[in-house]
Amino acid sequence: MTLTTDPATSFDAIAEAIADVEGIDPEATASEGSVPEAFVQAMAEERDEVKPRELVIICYSGDLEKTWASLILASTAAASGVPTKMFLTFWGLQTFVKDEKRITGRNWMQKMMAFMQRPGISHRKLSKMNFLGMGPWMMGVLAKQYGVAKPKELLEAAQALGVEFMHCQMTMVMFGLKKDDMIDGLGEPVGAATVIELLSNGAAPLFI
Amino acid sequence: MEVLDIATTVDARGLSCPMPIVKTAQAVKPLASGALVEVRATDPGSQKDFVAWCRQTGNELVEQSVDGAVHRFVIRRK
Repeated sequence: MTLTTDPATSFDAIAEAIADVEGIDPEATASEGSVPEAFVQAMAEERDEVKPRELVIICYSGDLEKTWASLILASTAAASGVPTKMFLTFWGLQTFVKDEKRITGRNWMQKMMAFMQRPGISHRKLSKMNFLGMGPWMMGVLAKQYGVAKPKELLEAAQALGVEFMHCQMTMVMFGLKKDDMIDGLGEPVGAATVIELLSNGAAPLFI
Repeated sequence: MEVLDIATTVDARGLSCPMPIVKTAQAVKPLASGALVEVRATDPGSQKDFVAWCRQTGNELVEQSVDGAVHRFVIRRK
């Protein structure tokens, strides 16, 4: 079938019949060209309404390099209009303890854990070649030299862009963390079932 | 050449991924629909990243040019 832009020469009978049924003026729609403006507008509106797939980053590791990658992806996703959630669990939760907290925990074992690995986003260690902090220090120098945003800066950007942080209740208990130990803006603690529901509803998962 | 009515400029020169995109997203957010944002970046990856970001967010990439190491983008807010 060939569509013509001149409504006067063809489809007159069909157009009139359609107009009759739908109650529209064929002259008005045809004069806009071969595609009615209302249709184009409706399509454009529908396109706008399509929401991007949600992203859930399961932040499991407390290693510097993995924390860094998680926050780069989270802030970029949020900047791209993707609804983004970070589930903070196990060592990934230690990252989101306030930087100024030195020792956390309720009993001696939890306190010992915090002593051995200081919590907080600015105190992350590299999983390889940490060399008593020499590795992270060099990473920091290189980041500054090449204009790479540090995890703390990325966290601030992620929060400003609306990334939602969900912390794991079980990990809070196991590490003896109190709400006051954690950074601001974490919301209510959740469990694995919350994450599973998000994933089964179609959220894209990343386990880092 | 047509003079564009730029609402705000993002200077992302010297910044690496993902900050040019993050800063642009933050600059675009408060603007009215149709407003223009100009971005300058030196991150070579931004050349492809801004095209992808505009596709993803529905903002329009009006202009894209490169002058030496500096990439320039003009984006119209959706």
